[in-house]
Amino acid sequence: MAQQRQLTGFRRENGAVGIRNHTIVLPLDDLSNAAAEAVARVVPGTLALPHAYGRLQFGADLDLTFRTLIGTGCNPNVASVVVIGIEPNWTGRVVDGIAKTGKPVEGFSIERNGDLRTVERAARVAAAFLRDDSEKQREPVGRHEIMMSIKCGESDTTSGLGSCPTTAEAVDRWIDAGGTVLFGETTELTGGEDLIAARCANDEVRKRFQGMYDDYLAMVERSGADLFGSQPTQGNIRGGLSTIEEKAMGNIAKTGTKPVVGALEPAQAPGPEPGLYFMDTSSAAAECVTLMAAAGAVIHLFPTGQGNIVGHPVEPVVKLTANPLTAETMSEHIDLDCSGLLRRECDLTEAGDQLMEVIDRTVRGRLTGAEVMGHREFSLTKLYPSA
Amino acid sequence: MADSSHADSRPPDFLAHREGDVVAVAVRDLEPGTVEGGYLRGPASVSLRLTDSVPLGHKLALADIAKDQEVIEYGHRVGIATQDIAKGGHVHVHNVRSARWHNSAS
Repeated sequence: MAQQRQLTGFRRENGAVGIRNHTIVLPLDDLSNAAAEAVARVVPGTLALPHAYGRLQFGADLDLTFRTLIGTGCNPNVASVVVIGIEPNWTGRVVDGIAKTGKPVEGFSIERNGDLRTVERAARVAAAFLRDDSEKQREPVGRHEIMMSIKCGESDTTSGLGSCPTTAEAVDRWIDAGGTVLFGETTELTGGEDLIAARCANDEVRKRFQGMYDDYLAMVERSGADLFGSQPTQGNIRGGLSTIEEKAMGNIAKTGTKPVVGALEPAQAPGPEPGLYFMDTSSAAAECVTLMAAAGAVIHLFPTGQGNIVGHPVEPVVKLTANPLTAETMSEHIDLDCSGLLRRECDLTEAGDQLMEVIDRTVRGRLTGAEVMGHREFSLTKLYPSA
Repeated sequence: MADSSHADSRPPDFLAHREGDVVAVAVRDLEPGTVEGGYLRGPASVSLRLTDSVPLGHKLALADIAKDQEVIEYGHRVGIATQDIAKGGHVHVHNVRSARWHNSAS
């Protein structure tokens, strides 16, 4: 059985619970990446989150970028934030959004200062934040306080047979304990979207989910493109998956059996009600995890078949695989090998126990393969071209 | 889902999800000949004559599947056969296509 040792985490100013204690340097836009990365070099121990966007976006696409940047700063795995942008106005908007959590946050803008003056001023604040953050202590926390997210990648047929149903074991147990779990990957429900719709807790959630699904599919079909090779991916096909529907059945297998209590916009934080939430996301690993972390998820379960290696700067990503070839050839990336399921050496309850053990150790501070290997993919979702 | 067969000495060659599925997944690299496997939810042991090589993770046909017939896995339609597939054959993108991606050429 999963051991019952007390879980520990960092309780933030607003009561939210994190399992890591990062001091981050968050660029508002692509132009500010160089200064943010320079600060993280000058103050080792802080973490820069460079990304590609933030200029001349507008409408829903701009809203999503703000929601993602602010949400990432608000994530309870983050102790404090230094924000750097090219100009003060939008920089201040991100600072104000993060400040609502009560955590330390300060913004700097580059215009009328230049990179060098900005780096010096920002680095002084980052150094002070890091010293204060280093004193923050773990304390006992409940499972229900730890928000989880799930997404699979480079799936193959072993995902549907092993790593996804093992993930489902943990998801069901998490929700039984009063916790909250996010899943997404809108297009990867294709062929089984009716199964998710049937699990929606009420008609309002069902209508919202169906609307999000239909809109995403309409966008894909409108492109006129042949998605074969993209969805399923070339890696999926190499691993034996033949169609999007077959991939979707494995994907859905990892969501467990609980009702879907809400359908979230990308990067939208769930409401106070615990349970299983759908989020309207791309199925690309880094984009999806980035959106879920921005919604407040602090630990991610990632079943893989052929061996997706994604990580995230602030949300630890736990990898599990039932593919014995992947477990053997990519062991530095894999946190749980559940290939015994394919040899019938264990059953799903036992594999679920093993996964819960890995989760609990990760919560208490054990580093994941992705953290150790320096996988810190931070990928903003772009809805359409900038102005 | 405790499985009574998990104490069996010999690991399976293939696993299928549910009774009624027309395809199963090779859980190791398989060569033509007699192979044995079972279901996650269904009969513990089934054997059949494999006619093709089927690599780990790829599918084999548990029954004859006619061209244009639905391919059932997980108890669900996961695609359409683009040609007749005989029991024991390799099932993949060369003989199955999506029923949902309307622009798919494969």
